[in-house]
Amino acid sequence: MAKYLLLKHYRGAPAAVNDVPMEQWTTDEISAHIQYMRDFATRLEESGEFVSEQALSSEGTFVRYDGEGRPPVTDGPFAETKDLIAGWMLIDVDSYERAVELAGELSAAPGKDGKPIHEWLELRPCYGVPNTITE
Amino acid sequence: MTTEVDETLLRSLTPGVLGILRRRGADFAAAEDAVQEALIEALRAWPADPPRDPRGWLVTVSWRKFLDATRADTARRRREDLVDEEPEPGPAPAADDTLQLYFLCAHPSLTPASAVALTLRAVGGLTTRQIAQAYLVPEATMAQRISRAKRTVSGVRLDQAGDVATVLRVLYLVFNEGYSGDVDLAAEAIRLTRQLAAAIDHPEVAGLLALMLLHHARHAARTAPDGSLVPLAEQDRGRWDTEAIAEGVEILQAALARDRLGEFQAQAAIAALHADAPTAGETDWVQIVEWYDELAKLTDSPVVRLNRAVAVGEADGPRAGLAALAALDDGLPRHTAVAAYLHERDGDLDKAARLYAEAARKAPNLAERDHLTRQAARLNAR
Repeated sequence: MAKYLLLKHYRGAPAAVNDVPMEQWTTDEISAHIQYMRDFATRLEESGEFVSEQALSSEGTFVRYDGEGRPPVTDGPFAETKDLIAGWMLIDVDSYERAVELAGELSAAPGKDGKPIHEWLELRPCYGVPNTITE
Repeated sequence: MTTEVDETLLRSLTPGVLGILRRRGADFAAAEDAVQEALIEALRAWPADPPRDPRGWLVTVSWRKFLDATRADTARRRREDLVDEEPEPGPAPAADDTLQLYFLCAHPSLTPASAVALTLRAVGGLTTRQIAQAYLVPEATMAQRISRAKRTVSGVRLDQAGDVATVLRVLYLVFNEGYSGDVDLAAEAIRLTRQLAAAIDHPEVAGLLALMLLHHARHAARTAPDGSLVPLAEQDRGRWDTEAIAEGVEILQAALARDRLGEFQAQAAIAALHADAPTAGETDWVQIVEWYDELAKLTDSPVVRLNRAVAVGEADGPRAGLAALAALDDGLPRHTAVAAYLHERDGDLDKAARLYAEAARKAPNLAERDHLTRQAARLNAR
């Protein structure tokens, strides 16, 4: 088994095919989208491939250490150009092919006019543990 | 044959059992660990073999767990003293025992998250796993939080009177934050507040209990079948729990009659006025504004003034609401959402749609974000 992180972006990914902001959809289209996402997570739980998921606020700040006895420096909100993560789902699957298949399914979530968004999702393999048998 | 464990009964016995162990000489931290282990064993053993005397069973098993732990990590001498002196189960615990436990678990030296966790475990009788699930953190993390909290309060003497306000803040947090996991934290908060109200006669305890009952009464109507939020004005009032409302109103009236107003009584009064309206249109907004004025005198919280602006918008029209809003810092959470609502009521639908979309981006949780996005979508679809 291998873990993969599926990353969804507010900004920074290539534009989706059906790229219309959600507030321009109908309320039924919004409901259908939310239901699709829920069903997707439920299916993964049932198949034993779901690990965790988290949606993130679009607000955020950069923080860094500023030396002994000084408070950390903050810089933000994020610049409009910054790549901005909207959320993630961590999955545990048998193969890279399976991870790609699932990412494709998630990207097919319905959007405006009930058509798939074709959103670009970022798929990142997690480092695993070293194998016991290496020779 | 197995039966379901009555978890509410089990939990209600916890503070008393803990009190007995302490009176037998166990320190708080060790006694609390022992009771927790006994609870876990009860959940495992009772379905197949329910005890005739649940409280006696818990006392016996907790005491044995305590002795086992003592044997494992302290000197033989102390162990033998305790075994020799094993007393009979004590009398029913005094309400004071329970009350002191509330004060200890909400001690001001604890962070809010620690006080919440410790209260749910030591007073509420929840297992660490249940608390961890409710707050979506790993069990090991919650176990560590609780054990640190116990170390923090280890030097606190239990005979000192605490401040009931700190306890109320903790119970308010439990009620307000939890709807996930197997345990209904809102119901648990109501149970704990009810138990506190039985142990201490205080109008603000009654006020908080009334507030919780009045809000919990609307629980079923607050979410649509698809999981989306249903705002107060659009809720199906037929789905409100009229029994809980009647109880909340009665408790509140008795508290208010004592003429020692506090913020929970004032909040409950506002909730009662909403509960009292057969339709949203019949809400007595003028009185609600007056209660918000009282509340602002008691707390001076910006959130109260924001809610007051909404009420003013209903009582005196959206322009008056916007004027009240203009006096507040626009960086306040939900400020933009309130502005969107008031502009919509004022007929400026383009501006309202823009503000709803902006408010959605700033929303503190997904449910609110989705709700605000729907509001923007509704106006954009005109």
